[in-house]
Amino acid sequence: MVKFQVNGQTQSFDGDPSMPLLWYLRDELGLIGTKFGCGVALCGACTVHVDGEAARACITAVNDIAGRSVITIEGLDANGNHPVQKAWRALNVPQCGYCQAGQIMQAAALLASNKNPSEEEINSAMSGNICRCGCYQRITAAIKAAATGA
Amino acid sequence: MTLAHAVIENVSRRGFLKGVLATGSLVVAAKFVPPRAALAAYATGAEKMPHGVRSDPHLLVSIAPDGIVTIVAIRSEMGTGSRTSLPMIVADELEADWSRVRVVQAPGDEEKYGNQDTDGSRSLRHHIQPMRQCGAAARQMLETAAAKRWGVDPGEVKGQNHEVVHKASGRKLGYGELAADASALPTPPADQIKLKDANAFRYIGKGTTPIVDLFDITTGRAIYSIDARLPGMKYAIVARPPVFGGKAVSFDADAAMKVPGVEKVVTIEGTPAPAKFQPLGGVAVIARNTWAALKGREALNPTWEDGPNGSYDSTAFKAQLEETARRPGKVVRNDGDTEKALASAAKVVSAEYYIPHSAHATMEPPSATVRIADGKCEAWACVQSPGNTREELAKKLGLKEEDVTVHVTLLGGGFGRKSKCDFVLEAAVLSKAMGGAPVKVIWTREDDLQNGYYHTVSAERIDAGLDASGKVVAWRHRSVAPTIKSIFAADQLHEAPFELGMGFVDVPFDIPNLRCENGEAAAHTRIGWFRSVSNIPHGFAVQSFVAELAKATERDPKEVLLALIGPPRIVDPRKSPDVADFWNYGDPFETYPIDTGRLRRVVELVAEKADWGRKLPPRHGLGIAVHRSFLTYVATVVEAAVDEKGRLSVPRVDTAIDCGFAANPERIRSQIEGAAVMGMSLALYGEITFKKGRVEQGNYDSYRVLRIDESPPVTDVHIVQNGIDVPSSGVGEPGLPPFAPALCNAIFAATGKRIRRLPIGDQLAT
Repeated sequence: MVKFQVNGQTQSFDGDPSMPLLWYLRDELGLIGTKFGCGVALCGACTVHVDGEAARACITAVNDIAGRSVITIEGLDANGNHPVQKAWRALNVPQCGYCQAGQIMQAAALLASNKNPSEEEINSAMSGNICRCGCYQRITAAIKAAATGA
Repeated sequence: MTLAHAVIENVSRRGFLKGVLATGSLVVAAKFVPPRAALAAYATGAEKMPHGVRSDPHLLVSIAPDGIVTIVAIRSEMGTGSRTSLPMIVADELEADWSRVRVVQAPGDEEKYGNQDTDGSRSLRHHIQPMRQCGAAARQMLETAAAKRWGVDPGEVKGQNHEVVHKASGRKLGYGELAADASALPTPPADQIKLKDANAFRYIGKGTTPIVDLFDITTGRAIYSIDARLPGMKYAIVARPPVFGGKAVSFDADAAMKVPGVEKVVTIEGTPAPAKFQPLGGVAVIARNTWAALKGREALNPTWEDGPNGSYDSTAFKAQLEETARRPGKVVRNDGDTEKALASAAKVVSAEYYIPHSAHATMEPPSATVRIADGKCEAWACVQSPGNTREELAKKLGLKEEDVTVHVTLLGGGFGRKSKCDFVLEAAVLSKAMGGAPVKVIWTREDDLQNGYYHTVSAERIDAGLDASGKVVAWRHRSVAPTIKSIFAADQLHEAPFELGMGFVDVPFDIPNLRCENGEAAAHTRIGWFRSVSNIPHGFAVQSFVAELAKATERDPKEVLLALIGPPRIVDPRKSPDVADFWNYGDPFETYPIDTGRLRRVVELVAEKADWGRKLPPRHGLGIAVHRSFLTYVATVVEAAVDEKGRLSVPRVDTAIDCGFAANPERIRSQIEGAAVMGMSLALYGEITFKKGRVEQGNYDSYRVLRIDESPPVTDVHIVQNGIDVPSSGVGEPGLPPFAPALCNAIFAATGKRIRRLPIGDQLAT
């Protein structure tokens, strides 16, 4: 039995402890905002926060989060109004939208640790998150906007 | 079916909106079939598409007593914005307040909704007129209802901003209050529908309407195919033959069944080529969750019989294609006497280009959920082709189409991959094997890259003859590439008209002796539409070669390009000898001619905006390319920088687009920004290779796509301003073809190195 928190609620799981957090969140809890893209931490679509740090849910086993706290896109802000989410909307970032939850979680983690990242720091922090539609220009702009409150 | 008369039906009585709009709301009841010429300012190919086009308010619009307007989106949303733009056009003509508009997605039903294929960059261009008509008809019915209630002449009232106003008396009635009366009225005859003046548009052409799913996307609530959840749902992972046409010889079902959570192992039959959209076959592991299904598949340990494509080797095939391109092929355009002109030219310039297979690699891999109960099938699927998916599901399951419902979810990327419903048919076969229980099939990234429908592979060769002054007097272009037709029919060795018409036989150059030849090439894997399709290889060859001609004659590439395009005129390939069944993207040439004036204008516009010839740091260079595709003109200037170690960066991209009237400029910008990123992915990394019939790439490490730190920080989009009378044309695809040649031309300007083989890969390494 593994115990941990997801979006502030205590959860326990007695299934296969090697199950990736991604499939646990999606299949067991129904938190489908966390997306599958590659399964091997190459695309960032499954990015969540574990104890405040960005983590790839596809390579994080349920066992690895014992006693820890997970935040998913659904729990980032109760009203969906995290500064990053608001900036994303103000700049119309998404095209298909599929990777965006992972992008937003990665960006939120970046801004939590670096209030005013440079373009280089944004590139470095976001380079693990792929957007096949190619929204990168707007992602950079939205992170800058969220940082400055613009 | 007559086109001359409006057909009036009362929807609330007939229950037409069951399913999509079954909200108990009142419905603006009017079904009309628009007469082609009377209504539309210009003709499009929309009505010639399978099942045609609808502009019927009773199908597409409902208004509830509280005034909430619900509009049906008939096209799939894969990132282009059509799910927003089409309803936005209806809302504008309806004079609805967008904040009180809701959008619902139509299920696959082409008898009812007309053609729903979201492909070919057609959604906006085929629907701007019908959607305007739809909204305007609904508005007029609301106006008529208000005028009746007030006992005034309908000419005295006006629908504006969600209410009808009688200016003389100051009376007003909200749309919600009028919906019941309006729904009982006949639709105005088609020729009496009054469209708004373009000056009065609130949303059309403004680019101020955010996409309808924006909040849901940014909060994780948006539902894609992979997100479907149903009571009792099972999860399936399929082991598919690694070689197209292969099949499983043996597998260890017992080992898979021992994995906790695995419930069943099911064999899926493949279909011999040409297999169209049928599943590849293989062995499925069905389990209580995705993880168990994945582990079960690992335990299967299948052995495969490879079949006829087991020797497919893309390196050997490249040599074969190139060899074919060095010999005469089937003549598909033949102006003047090219052979003679080449023989007598003062100088001949020749070049060969190679463009490999590539994969769509949509962020959401193929996924679908199907359940079958009481002789009815329901599917939740990320498909670009909901109508065809329904038809194929019905055939596969032996059901009537009316007993099959295809719920269209959001698509996590499409790019042509999701025009093929093989993955939905897999889910159907598996649901059936599970007694109809809901089964969700998920493709892993490896499945997606290794079992896809690939962009064709192409060898292109161009020989040009120049006179003593350097003017091009002869142009011979040979294209050799397996055709998409090969998935539909056996023994297809030549490009189809729809492929030849994509930047090859329609080359708009002012050259008296111009010959296009298409050599034979067989397909050894599934070839499918990939965003921009054959425009990618054709455009790459033609636009790279233009810069090569500039080098050969020591002239400016932009000037050479404009000289080749020649004076403003209409180029009509149908008048050229040997051009058969010229493909103008399925639209009338008269509406969408090849207009070299517009082609020149985007070249000139992008050159001006990019400050063509601007001073650059050392090892930087500018490249330019222009391409007409999907009836739209796009020119791109790329600035490339290549450092001493051969590392490439792109500091800036400028793109000019003339897509006729720009209905949603904000989404046009986003499409073009994205096309630069995808174009750079294609140019730099995009390659699927085969050895022994097997794809050698597996995930985003071996099939790389562009990441944020490599992506152009600036893509400026310059939209040619056109009035509403200039027919809107495609946007989703035409941004892509000019990017790779513009980039490679920029690399040449920066380094003197000419890239003729894509991807660029390590060719710049020194």
